[in-house]
Amino acid sequence: MTKRLMEGSEAMAEAAIASGCRFFAGYPMTPFTELLENFAEKLPAVGGVCVNAESELEAVGMAWGALATGARAATGSTGQGLSLMQESFSEITLAELPLVAFNMARGQGDYFQSTRGGGHGDYRHIVLAPMDITEAVGLTQLAFHLADRWRNPVLVQGDYLLAHTAEGVDVAAVDFGPVPEKEWAVDGSGGGSGSSKVISPLGIGKSNTPGPGIEGQQQAVAEKLVRIAGAEPRAESGFVDDADHLVVAFGTPAKFVRYAVGRLREKGLRVGYVRPITLWPFPGDAVASAAAGKQSVLVFELNAGQMIDDVRLAVLGSAPVRFIGGISTDHSGFGVGALLDVEVIADRIEGALDSGVAA
Amino acid sequence: MTVEEPAMHPVGDKLPSLLQSGEHDLCPGCGEPVAIRILLETLAELGLSTSTIGVVGIGCYTAFARTLDVDLVQALHGRAPSVATGVKRMQPTKAVFTLQGDGDMVNEGLQEVLHTAARGENVTCVLLNNGVFGETGGHMTATSVLGQRTKTSLDGRDPDYHGYPIVIGDLLAQLDGAAYIARGSVQNAGAVARTKRMMHKAFETQLAGEGFSMIEVLTMCPTGWFVPTAEGPGYMGETLGQVHVMGELKTRRPK
Repeated sequence: MTKRLMEGSEAMAEAAIASGCRFFAGYPMTPFTELLENFAEKLPAVGGVCVNAESELEAVGMAWGALATGARAATGSTGQGLSLMQESFSEITLAELPLVAFNMARGQGDYFQSTRGGGHGDYRHIVLAPMDITEAVGLTQLAFHLADRWRNPVLVQGDYLLAHTAEGVDVAAVDFGPVPEKEWAVDGSGGGSGSSKVISPLGIGKSNTPGPGIEGQQQAVAEKLVRIAGAEPRAESGFVDDADHLVVAFGTPAKFVRYAVGRLREKGLRVGYVRPITLWPFPGDAVASAAAGKQSVLVFELNAGQMIDDVRLAVLGSAPVRFIGGISTDHSGFGVGALLDVEVIADRIEGALDSGVAA
Repeated sequence: MTVEEPAMHPVGDKLPSLLQSGEHDLCPGCGEPVAIRILLETLAELGLSTSTIGVVGIGCYTAFARTLDVDLVQALHGRAPSVATGVKRMQPTKAVFTLQGDGDMVNEGLQEVLHTAARGENVTCVLLNNGVFGETGGHMTATSVLGQRTKTSLDGRDPDYHGYPIVIGDLLAQLDGAAYIARGSVQNAGAVARTKRMMHKAFETQLAGEGFSMIEVLTMCPTGWFVPTAEGPGYMGETLGQVHVMGELKTRRPK
């Protein structure tokens, strides 16, 4: 297959469909809208369904129903719309349904929402944060694989740049091996057999096949999340070994940081970077080992300081951690502001080094 | 002359075929088990036992998710119609229903059922309407009638203070996507028989692909109404039944 010049929204929708996604429901909201448009255009052609839901609450509910039948299904919005879905996110996780959700976010202010969740109870979503469209195509397909592998929701953390810029990409289906058998899915055939099923976040089971109950279900999911935390952290790094200073960034701004670090290297500054690809599970070991022996760890993110909490937890005081990001957006509020600029980022890194870093 | 012993029919023999167990922990005098029997018998009689997926909301009836021998999805409070939409779109040849109470459908999830009906989604929503939050212990719902005493309307529902009830079946019947809307009751044997015919029509509507169907069943809740168990049916007829009136509200099927 050859590369095609595609907007991120189109490429991510095609990647989802290449992964076998056959149901999507969403509610228009910038910069998520074009993802919904692309699913609406492309899903019927492969026998799938895209519903322009009447609200985000209904969109996630519809995806829940589609998932219960064993179909690969997804929903999405911006962080604002995902706020409305949080109750369902909690319970879908407890029901162990393999939801994929897209957050085409306005900036990076949704880090806490994505990694801590705004919903109730003990739950986590695997969160994948691509830095560009090429990576988004791969991580979108990985999202469906991981969701089924773990029977746990996976969130793809995008933004305005991913949604609205174009790259030459190849959206060929990635082979992750066979999709796990979904013996838990309902197709209606179990009625009257004495072995019908119930998909429930409450662990209720049936009279003939009792479930683990509320406590048992919550404990089983919590135990599974520990295993995910051990198995799935992903990160990329560069210029780390001989560096005196480390910069940590995620998502599309991390690509700017990576470029800025390369420029500073050319000037002889011993700076390296770590880019978490999974925001949860956070690649704490990768950050900790990269930070070992460094004079300072700088965190660049387009918010008031959210991921920096996870960086501090990973570094555990072994190096001073300093925030060099900030809230930055244009007048529309879509998250592309003056801070998202290689010169500005390079100046902030250099300035932090010059000023003698304090924690 | 000899008198033959009357044939014995143990209660267990009367269980609907789509129950794994007849056990339940609902209160004496509750109307919900009767309504659920009507639903299960209808599914079996229409030959839908092995081709039905139900979506259950949150209320006292949720306890039946364990005992119904039907493939089920447990939904959040109010969200069953959207979940049913996703199920039906992926399994269009299967019968898909929701089981919801008035708190679930008319309070928490009113938008869900309205849009599902307007979309003409080919599912059947079953509403168990007792005009009260039974599970939490007797609180006012959107279908509680004027004058009804609940724990949150102690002197009776006052329109100036609490507002008016929503007569949900009549509201849904106005939507073009709604193909069959009916309101039955389980207050006496005649009402049960009539409601059973309505339940058949609701599912026949879905099987014919005619669009959204909803059957509302008025069910007794003497505990939540704070009336003696034996007075439940009479109280319902005199209160809820006067506002939420039994009958077919919309049909494209022969009368």
